[in-house]
Amino acid sequence: MCLSIPSKILEIDEFNNALVDTLGVKRKVNLDLISEPLKQGDFVLIHVGVAMEKIDEEAALLSIKTYQEIVDKMQNGEIETHEGDMGLNELYR
Amino acid sequence: MNYIDEFRDKNTLLALNALIRKNIKEPINIMEICGGHTHSIMKYALCDLLPKEVNFIHGPGCPVCVMPRERIDIALKLAQQEDVIFCTLGDLLRIPGSKESLLDLRAKGADVRALYTPLEILQIAKENQNKKVIFFAIGFETTTPMSALLLEKVIEQGLENISIFSNHITVPAPIQAIMSDENVKIDAFLGPSHVSVITGYQIYESLVKNFHTPIAVSGFEPVDIMESVLNIILQKNAQKAEIYNQYSRVVSRNGNVKAQNLVEKYFKPCDFEFRGLGLIKNGGLELREEFANYDASKLYDCEVKSRGENKACICGQILRGLAKPYECKVFGKACTPKNPIGSCMVSGEGACAAYYKYAKGR
Ligand code: SF4
Ligand code: SF4
Repeated sequence: MCLSIPSKILEIDEFNNALVDTLGVKRKVNLDLISEPLKQGDFVLIHVGVAMEKIDEEAALLSIKTYQEIVDKMQNGEIETHEGDMGLNELYR
Repeated sequence: MNYIDEFRDKNTLLALNALIRKNIKEPINIMEICGGHTHSIMKYALCDLLPKEVNFIHGPGCPVCVMPRERIDIALKLAQQEDVIFCTLGDLLRIPGSKESLLDLRAKGADVRALYTPLEILQIAKENQNKKVIFFAIGFETTTPMSALLLEKVIEQGLENISIFSNHITVPAPIQAIMSDENVKIDAFLGPSHVSVITGYQIYESLVKNFHTPIAVSGFEPVDIMESVLNIILQKNAQKAEIYNQYSRVVSRNGNVKAQNLVEKYFKPCDFEFRGLGLIKNGGLELREEFANYDASKLYDCEVKSRGENKACICGQILRGLAKPYECKVFGKACTPKNPIGSCMVSGEGACAAYYKYAKGR
């Protein structure tokens, strides 16, 4: 019921409503709960038609970078993988 | 950037899994509080990917799942009154009350509407001045601010035909209740990130301390969950019990203070009966007395006689982590998502629904 997905702000109107893009689906959401200034191109987390919070792009990129480092280590053989893991390859295409 | 792809990346999942396998020393029971996590774990088959020592226990984290039949019966009574437009969000329409569901009522002609956002009610009320619009509000800390925002706008705009039937509940209270039950063996928690987006991760500070149980506030993407599991295992190995904020891209310690203030302005804690867990002190939120004019539970007669829960249904044990869905005798037979007996099968994120959808044969 309350799963929320990142959406990108496409435009903001004078009533503090925004048109957002959620994985290709466009919809109107209300921005009243967020105190920080928002602009076109920002990512927000949406729940039941209201934006709950702005997503910190830097923090997201940092996580992604950390994961990339782990993956690199794995591919260099610094982390041993488990045989069974690879059987799941088809699952995660 | 595309957030979603990166957080579903296969190689990242395999690498995290390798690290988990390297570090795990003994079996660990991790309760995922929220059904959204249950759903991801089943959908991405994380339980198969992870070593068998990692045992997921599905907790009470779905407002739909923990809604006792009595509250549904009250909703049905409210919706049957004359000149009422009864509005609510998603899954609630399908939960069976003692006799029928809101969907059945609608089929019989009652004006029951499913909303995309509570704010739609403003328009509905303006277009139907001769009707009374009741909002059947449910949800954890994530959803309460939206109800508060609705009320704020109702008052601002001077609308007089709107009331709220509050069934808002909180996350820490039921966890406290579960942890105080001696039969329950839980070593760590996955906390729902969206709740903490609003409340901050501070809501778990006393739980972590009192029960010496690590908690990772985790996003819902598979990589988020794997990273959280890894962190929990590392904490266990180091004999630590801390809060790990895995979802730092949105969650802070203090959360969304504007939203919290709005909730605080209109709501106050109350005791609430949780399905399967019983009456939990301060487990719910009701409207403050000053707003009794907008409180459906004060404006209308809410006396009902409920039949109690279906005896075959073991949702109560599932919600406390004492049983798995497939241990229920009617699972997948008399009880399916099309014809649900208990709300764990109704809710899209309920544990029974997740097992039915992704692991029926298991
Ligand atoms: S409704 Fe779903 S997403 Fe929201 S807290 Fe419950 S299980 Fe999680
Ligand atoms: S399978 Fe149905 S009846 Fe059994 S516990 Fe789940 S919801 Fe209840």
